[in-house]
Amino acid sequence: MDSSPIILTLASVVLVSTPLIIAVCGEILTERSGIVNLSLDGTMLMAAMTGFIVAFESDSVWIGFLAAMAIGAFFAFIVAFGSIRLRQSQFAIGFVLTLLGDDLSAFLGQNYTRIPGPVVKHYAIPILKDIPIIGPIFFNQNAVVYFAFILVAVTWFWLFRTQPGLRLRSAGDRPEAGFARGVGINFQRYLYTIIGGALVGIAGASYSLNIKIGWSEGITRGLGWIVLAIVIFGGWSPIRGMFGALLFGATKALATYLQRTFPEVSVVAFNAIPWVLMILVLLLVGSDFTERVIMIVPKSLQRPLQRMLRISPPQALGSTFVED
Amino acid sequence: MRIELRDIRKYFGPVKANDGINLVLEGGRIYGLLGENGAGKSTLMKILSGYQPPDTGEILFDDQIQHFSSPADALGKGIGMLYQDPLDVPAFSVNDNYLLGRDQRIVLDYKNASHELQEMTARFGFELDLQSRIENLSLGERQQLELARLLVGGAQVLILDEPTTGISAEQKEVLFGSMRKLAREEGKTLILVSHKLDEVQELCDEALVLQRGKLVGQTDIPCPNEKLVKMMFGQVPERSARPDFDLGEVVLELIDLRVPTYRLTIKDINLTIRQGEIFGFAGLEGSGQRLVLQACAGLLQPDHGKILLDGQDVSSWPYHRMQNAGVGYVADGRLEEGLVAGLTIEEHVELAKPKHSFFINRKVLFAITETKIEQFQIVGRPDSTADELSGGNQQRLLFALLRDNQKSILLENPTRGLDVRSSNWIWDQLNHRREGGTAILFMSSDLDEIFERSDRIAVFSGGNMSRVLETVNTSVEEIGHLIGGQA
Amino acid sequence: MNTSRWFRWVWPAVPIAGALVVTSLLLFLFGAAPFEAFQAMYQGAFGDQSKTLSVLAFWVPLLLSSTGLLITFKAGLWNIGIEGQIVMGAVAASWVALNLEAPSAVLIPIEIVAAMLGGALWAALSAVLKTRGNIHEIFSGLALNSIAIILTNYLISGPWQPPEGGTFRGTAPFQPSALLPLFANSRFSPLSLILAVIAFILVVIALRGTFWGLKLKAIGVNLRSAFLLGVSSEREMILAMMFCGALAGLGGAVRTLSWFDSLRQSISGGIGFMALMVVMLANYRMFLVPPIALFFSAVLSGSITLQLRTQLHSSLGGILTELMVLFVLLFGDWAKLGIFRKKDDDG
Repeated sequence: MDSSPIILTLASVVLVSTPLIIAVCGEILTERSGIVNLSLDGTMLMAAMTGFIVAFESDSVWIGFLAAMAIGAFFAFIVAFGSIRLRQSQFAIGFVLTLLGDDLSAFLGQNYTRIPGPVVKHYAIPILKDIPIIGPIFFNQNAVVYFAFILVAVTWFWLFRTQPGLRLRSAGDRPEAGFARGVGINFQRYLYTIIGGALVGIAGASYSLNIKIGWSEGITRGLGWIVLAIVIFGGWSPIRGMFGALLFGATKALATYLQRTFPEVSVVAFNAIPWVLMILVLLLVGSDFTERVIMIVPKSLQRPLQRMLRISPPQALGSTFVED
Repeated sequence: MRIELRDIRKYFGPVKANDGINLVLEGGRIYGLLGENGAGKSTLMKILSGYQPPDTGEILFDDQIQHFSSPADALGKGIGMLYQDPLDVPAFSVNDNYLLGRDQRIVLDYKNASHELQEMTARFGFELDLQSRIENLSLGERQQLELARLLVGGAQVLILDEPTTGISAEQKEVLFGSMRKLAREEGKTLILVSHKLDEVQELCDEALVLQRGKLVGQTDIPCPNEKLVKMMFGQVPERSARPDFDLGEVVLELIDLRVPTYRLTIKDINLTIRQGEIFGFAGLEGSGQRLVLQACAGLLQPDHGKILLDGQDVSSWPYHRMQNAGVGYVADGRLEEGLVAGLTIEEHVELAKPKHSFFINRKVLFAITETKIEQFQIVGRPDSTADELSGGNQQRLLFALLRDNQKSILLENPTRGLDVRSSNWIWDQLNHRREGGTAILFMSSDLDEIFERSDRIAVFSGGNMSRVLETVNTSVEEIGHLIGGQA
Repeated sequence: MNTSRWFRWVWPAVPIAGALVVTSLLLFLFGAAPFEAFQAMYQGAFGDQSKTLSVLAFWVPLLLSSTGLLITFKAGLWNIGIEGQIVMGAVAASWVALNLEAPSAVLIPIEIVAAMLGGALWAALSAVLKTRGNIHEIFSGLALNSIAIILTNYLISGPWQPPEGGTFRGTAPFQPSALLPLFANSRFSPLSLILAVIAFILVVIALRGTFWGLKLKAIGVNLRSAFLLGVSSEREMILAMMFCGALAGLGGAVRTLSWFDSLRQSISGGIGFMALMVVMLANYRMFLVPPIALFFSAVLSGSITLQLRTQLHSSLGGILTELMVLFVLLFGDWAKLGIFRKKDDDG
């Protein structure tokens, strides 16, 4: 039963989704503090390349991950420094970094393509792995996968149940209010942009060290954009974001399955799902349509419905804050 | 706690926002801080609450000199400020908002927070839904929460900036009750920054009046409103003799107009304005005058009542349609609402023309612009950008952009920040327009201007419009009563 | 004062030089001599006629897209969705090429009109999502880029699959009469260059000399004031996006009808993103756009030769251009750096 094709497929969906989950958590931290790090697509490639080469040379995946975090943090730092200190458009900087990361990773990694290297070791968690169905899907994996799920819980808890989380969210939602209560708004933005970047670095490296194994040019191309989409349709919440990433992994798996079963039908249209969802969610957020729907239902239902439907982006996202 | 301000000065360029203010505030008293817009109230309160440091001067608490590095620091030392727009986080829950920046522990203690909040709200009779999110609360409830937060944070001095604008009558009663309690029973110092004289009369022990950055009056309350108005506005000159003007047909008619906004709803506005009439809206800033002007300009949609232009119902017409129908609007913020920084005078002239050809004829445009510059006495060249012009010249440019033969012109503070010469020039222009049959509707926070220029006056207070006054038959005292919210 | 003005004028050369230094360091790191490498790149771009023609062929769609972006940037819009607009132009042109049969003189104009329409409509979608749905054009643009590429992949692997079976690389080559006439044995179509030059001149005239250009300038700086002065911002924004999309779509047609001979998976070749960089580097000064676009095309073509000669990855050209844009973006504005080094300025 452990090896039934469905279980195996689901386990692989979980595995493939983990880098997305990690990057989504990172970008959520960044955006919740009020900065959009648009450079994800390039950052992930740089991290995948750096992570692999360092792991290969040091023969330690963990050192590889550390190097990937450093590179991710560095790219994020450029975005933060350029937008906060130099007052340049964060979108422009992030955009150029996206392209630079893509080309730079191809260039720097050119001598390391398609060679085997160290891999994150499989580690099944005793006892938990024996739980029927759930065990083989979630607990018969490796440390990166467990890290991703722990990260979701920690990020959620940090954002919504701790004082530092309140400070972080105030920077993205109403910086004036945070400032009035002693929060260093720009410090928060630097901090969480860099932490978010480091997490995106882990995500990138977990491709070359865990999923696709090895480095090749453009190995994660396109996924950074997907992460940005998931952050939005996940409503800037790590838990919804996690489901978004799993949904993305599952549609990919379903598409592969359908393609194999019905080779005559093209299923590439499945790839459009995250993007369509993203637009729909943004429409829901931006127009007053949701408010109108909520007003129709009975009063007692309004609040739970509002909690469910109303997704509010950080109100000060992408704006600069000048401390008096 | 006894607070002393010594020779506080704060200049912004040539503007002396605070010009040597000396003040002593005692514990257990409620002070009312009065003054027109630009008198320096908000600068003074920002200095006192740690938002800005003064250029020179000292703040002393019980004879100890204090320096504030930030508002949070000021609160730590005992000064809390409640803003007109509460500094809370709309997306947060009540508890989160209460805890932000308060607790040094990492993990939030909601139980304790709810407990503290409940205690606080019970003490002052606040009625709050603690499960809600801030954005679903009314302004009054958000204010109560801020008050609770500041008190728990250790505020000995509370500054309240226009706290009664936009809250219900019951909430106002609760607020005033708690303010009295804080002063009388707990010995705290309260400062009420207000535009409403009757509130100051009702609540305060002492009124402080600022004018042009200086403390010009200090008096125990109660005292007659007329005295306060005189202190605030100085001596208002008699209306200068002006040839009476024959009014023409009705141009603009407002019938039972109601315009709702989040902060303020204006309602039951009934007004008739004729050709060649100059109508002034008096009242303190934010009392609803601007909303009426914007509704007439098509920028705000009324949800009840009618606006008639030459007898035609235009209530639902958008701005551009009103513009084409002959209603001109000149907003207050010149470079924010009216002119485009970086565009030249020439380009503004071209943009504002009623009719356009596809290509811009530079030669013709240059000639038109030069005439306008001369006619409107703008100090600048056709290729000067709007942001290079002085305030007076920006206003002249805005007038130069108004189309000819307007049915009505709506103006917000037409001469704010201008010198006497520019102001007179602006009014010469408007008088000239009125002789051509244009109806002029303006609001001003300068009572002199209202008296001097208007044929008729309406006074706004808290979203309500007073009865219409004939300028020749009214007095500063009467206006003072109406500004204070008394009928 | 004089020194500072002089300095301000010369300053932008510093970040450009910085980018060259960093790229040289990269070359050192990989054991190549920078001077020889740059020489190889020059040779690769202008070494012989066919290479120069190839640079021109790449330049045309890049110039078209950059020209389009001048319009949207003028209106204050960040049209990152241009990549998708190029793709949709190519798709529309391909549809005509695959479904209609006619002599060149009839077919090519139809293809061009279809491509411009395709790009314009795709751009209009982004614009309407902004004005009506309150969605920032960056986010809608990203989504529409991806959807356009997915649509291409679907068409190539589905309905427009070549008869010999889907290789996922492209459609079958179009009928010869559907292709743009080419110069000698190259991929350069003189007709496309003429169209691009006309488009550039028209856009310069429109932005400088017409009332419409003035309106765009006004809404790009201050939406509220422009509105109060009587400009309908929604209409102008949609129009600006559509014009840009039309030019990008034309660029897509050039790609599919001259650079290639069929609809390919990576039809845009990243030209849309590159065009964004061209306009950023030009700092929105119109007359810098054609030379910078030409420079970018040369660098990219040159780096392919570099790879053939030295085995160094061709992404080097991209790195050079991207570093230039990044450094100019970060450090190119001397006035903003003034904030950054406040102490010096005060003294």
